[in-house]
Amino acid sequence: MAKKILIVDDEPNIVTSLEFLMEQVGYEVRVARNGDAALESVRSFEPDLILLDVMLPKKSGFEVCQKIRENPLWQNIQIVMLTAKGRESEVAKGLAIGADTYITKPFSTKELVARVRQMVGEPI
Amino acid sequence: MLQGWLILLASFAYLGVLFAIAYYGDKRADAGRSIISNPYVYALSLAVYCTSWTFYGSVGRAAGSGIGFLTIYIGPTLMALLWWVVLRKIIRISKANRITSIADFVASRYGKSTLLGGLATIIAVVGVVPYIALQLKAVSSSFTIVMQYPDVVTPAERAAPLFQEEALYVALALAVFTIVFGTRHLDATERHEGMVAAIAFESVVKLAAFVAVGVFVTFVLYNGVGDLFGYAGNHPELQQLLVFGTDTTTYSDWAWLTFLSMLAIMFLPRQFQVAVVENVDESHLNKAIWLFPLYLIAINLFVLPIAFAGQLHFSNGDVNADTFVLTLPMAGQRPALTLFAFIGGLSAATGMVIVETIALSTMVCNDLVMPVLLRIRSLRLNERRDLTGLLLNIRRGTIGLLLLLGYLYFHFAGESKALVEIGLISFAAVAQFGPVILGGIYWKGGTRVGALTGLSAGFLVWAYTLLLPAFAQSGWFPATFLEDGPFGIGLLRPLSLFGLTGMDQIAHAMFWSMFFNIGGYVGVSLMRRQNIVEHSQATLFVDIYDKVGDGSAPRFWRGTASVDDLCALVGRFLGHDRANSAFVDYAQRRGIPSVRELPADADLVHFAETLLAGAIGAASARVMVSSVVKEEPLGMDEVMSILNETSQVIAYSNRLEQKSRELEAATAELRAANKQLQELDRLKDDFISTVTHELRTPLTSIRAFSEILYDHQDLDIAQRNKFLGIIVKESERLTRLINQVLDLSKIESGNAEWNMTDVDVREAIDEAVMATSQLAREKRVQITVDLPDNVPPVTVDRDRLMQVLLNLLSNAVKFCYPADGHIAVRLYDDSGALRVDVSDNGPGIKPEDQRIIFDKFRQVGNTMTEKPHGTGLGLPISRQIITHFGGKLWVNSTPGAGATFSFTLPYHHEPAVEQPIERPLLMGGQHYG
Amino acid sequence: MRTSNTKKQRLIALFFLGCLFFNYPLLSLFNAPHAILGIPLLYVYVFFVWICLIGLTIIIVERSG
Repeated sequence: MAKKILIVDDEPNIVTSLEFLMEQVGYEVRVARNGDAALESVRSFEPDLILLDVMLPKKSGFEVCQKIRENPLWQNIQIVMLTAKGRESEVAKGLAIGADTYITKPFSTKELVARVRQMVGEPI
Repeated sequence: MLQGWLILLASFAYLGVLFAIAYYGDKRADAGRSIISNPYVYALSLAVYCTSWTFYGSVGRAAGSGIGFLTIYIGPTLMALLWWVVLRKIIRISKANRITSIADFVASRYGKSTLLGGLATIIAVVGVVPYIALQLKAVSSSFTIVMQYPDVVTPAERAAPLFQEEALYVALALAVFTIVFGTRHLDATERHEGMVAAIAFESVVKLAAFVAVGVFVTFVLYNGVGDLFGYAGNHPELQQLLVFGTDTTTYSDWAWLTFLSMLAIMFLPRQFQVAVVENVDESHLNKAIWLFPLYLIAINLFVLPIAFAGQLHFSNGDVNADTFVLTLPMAGQRPALTLFAFIGGLSAATGMVIVETIALSTMVCNDLVMPVLLRIRSLRLNERRDLTGLLLNIRRGTIGLLLLLGYLYFHFAGESKALVEIGLISFAAVAQFGPVILGGIYWKGGTRVGALTGLSAGFLVWAYTLLLPAFAQSGWFPATFLEDGPFGIGLLRPLSLFGLTGMDQIAHAMFWSMFFNIGGYVGVSLMRRQNIVEHSQATLFVDIYDKVGDGSAPRFWRGTASVDDLCALVGRFLGHDRANSAFVDYAQRRGIPSVRELPADADLVHFAETLLAGAIGAASARVMVSSVVKEEPLGMDEVMSILNETSQVIAYSNRLEQKSRELEAATAELRAANKQLQELDRLKDDFISTVTHELRTPLTSIRAFSEILYDHQDLDIAQRNKFLGIIVKESERLTRLINQVLDLSKIESGNAEWNMTDVDVREAIDEAVMATSQLAREKRVQITVDLPDNVPPVTVDRDRLMQVLLNLLSNAVKFCYPADGHIAVRLYDDSGALRVDVSDNGPGIKPEDQRIIFDKFRQVGNTMTEKPHGTGLGLPISRQIITHFGGKLWVNSTPGAGATFSFTLPYHHEPAVEQPIERPLLMGGQHYG
Repeated sequence: MRTSNTKKQRLIALFFLGCLFFNYPLLSLFNAPHAILGIPLLYVYVFFVWICLIGLTIIIVERSG
């Protein structure tokens, strides 16, 4: 069974790029474009890792992260925050909320892929 | 059998008893174990109000004019109710200021004025001497009558040679008695405990005697009250006495007399003496308020019965009704009772004479003689070492003189009518003190001059309307004076002054004297201002209850004094032992170990003055103290400057307060501004971070896809092209964003360049529509244009105008439903400005969104399904541009019915000064914050 | 003190009451040549009011005294 990656971002082009990258590696990919959809996807898709954008419509990425972490079942899901704001406060907040790591946009594709691989292992 | 010697013996024995009681009372007082310090004694001592006039005269008046005699007892009964308020205040004031007589009270209150004190003394003496004469007459005639026992013979009206008249000897005896009684030493408080004890005793005696006679008459001579009155009922002339006369003047007389006696009970010198000066404890008033009226009822119960019995018994009219109290027991053959009655009358008379003369002598000495003597430099009184002897001798002399005057009055007035009425005339005289004293304790505005005016006026009117007519009626004055008025001026007739008729003589006199007294007092007081001493005394008196401690006033005084001088001074008047012990007490009270160490300050001087005042009166005390103390009297100027200083300090502290308040306000303002700045700072941060985010988002795509394309050379063409397309688009987006951010920034900061020319808006619209037509066609949206033929040009930057139009049009296209969309552009004049409407039939904008679409980076639309293509800066920029042109840009929309964006352009306008921070505009154009 | 104030007010009120009862016109009501137990009506009235006044005074003073 392939490892599952959930991509949460509302920018379509970024989603396209992330989708491509992950599928290239061989992960199974699902996309959610807002907070509610993300939580729904977590429930149904049960990903191993979430690429979570901070700036989401309605619910912010932080909220989603918090919600996920609240659920004891999802403690082991890896969460990677994607943030365009490089502010330290944002980063700290994210980590405090329960993200495992963060990546600032624009990111290096190589680096992103390497990080995901490191965290979740090979696709199979 | 009642022999002359028995009567004399009894009289002297009685006087001896009185003296013994007085002596004992004084001894106990000196030992500190006062026998008079109880309310019953106090109340009984007040009964000195009932003199031989009560004892004999009431019956006489009742027999002549029925129930009217009761007025002079009802008045005091009513007044007693007010004692708790009025008398208590007077007592408090007198104690605090060591006031020892009525004249002293008046003088002290009105600025320690010796003149006023002297005037008051004269009024008191003139008013009361006749009253003393009345007592002398009573004693001597009762003595004469009783001597003739058992024959009841009215003494013939004869003018005996001077030395054969009993009255003279009575006067002498009383003088000696009183002198020994009341002038054994000088007391700072002028209290005579022995005298009070004796007076209380004699009140009991006279009451007992009268009641005894009453009981005898009612139940022995007749068979009870009903029987007596039944008899009386059979005699028509007596019948009349049972009711009032039918004309209402009797009621008014009744009222006036009641009022008169209310004043008398307060201001008769003897009443002031026993009620105020001799008062030991204010709380005694509680009992006195009802005990005294009770006494009055008791002593009046039997008056009417005795009067009627007398009329019935001595129906031939030979016997003077005034003597019924004595003659009825005589007629009834009761020697013991007769003697008892005589003693009772003697008691009543002596009580009055003793107290009255002592009180008057204090006044004459302190307020009349001493001030005069002190001013006569040739006497060099200031240098005399010991003045106590002088003071006492002055008083003794005064007592003797008063009794002599009383006797002379009696002798020359004979049996004239004047004597009988004189009681009421005396009442009217002392009533003149009413306004100045009552006014003095309740009204701070009463001035010295006012009091002088009122008192003098009242006194003069009294003398004119009562004293002179009395003299005329007894032959000392021509009668024509009464009938025709002085010099024939009818209006000034003493008995009907200014034409006022129909009143009883007393009532008439009371009315006019009060009229001029009160009028003068109030009127003159209101006209003039007080000096410092008057004012401080006034405050001291009226506000007595507000003061703590001994009720001393704030000191307006400056001077130097030495303790020794002061002590020596006081010693000269009180005796050195007394003075020393008083000073030692004072030092102790102030917590200073010895008299030597007493600071010679205002407080000490005041103390010394107060001590002295007890002995020689407030006015004289002041004079003496100021001679010892090198006083620098504070003139009005100095007082004013002190007050000025004070007010300056107050003003300064007010200013300080105000400054600190202003400072607080400024701080608050600063804090608010700071908060606002912080908020704006935050907003700025937000803006920057938002811009950063907006910039980084397309960058992310560009980089990501660039890398992907680089790393994956073997992508199929389709995908390659797709990705390249994204790169291109995002680059464009990025560029657009950067441009707009810079644009907005420039406009907002005022750094943008505006190329203002006259522009034909129709043309601009045409061009903008043309430019958008491509976009519209793609989405199959229709654009219609409604332009007037002629439109005045506006002064704008053409490019910027185009920018706005394109923005609005592209938005409209964006939000129209495809294939169904319709956009309408209208240009028209709207109340003096050019207006452009761009309407679409899209989904419309929710009310809450209608504001935020003009915020930076905010976009609305269904973000679930599509991400809007814009940057979110279009509308804010448009708005800034229009605002710069002097117009307004806004939106009207109903959700589901499309939206209309409108803007106005004024025909002629100065460019707006750019506010670096955009401020929200509420309806009506009011700015908030 | 509240008690002494009430006392003061009551006494003053009693004073006015007394003035009222001892004067025209109330006085004139009893100005008739009747007799009660042989005692003239006016006489009775005056003494009666007098006694009552004293009685009330005692009550007022002893109550709060």
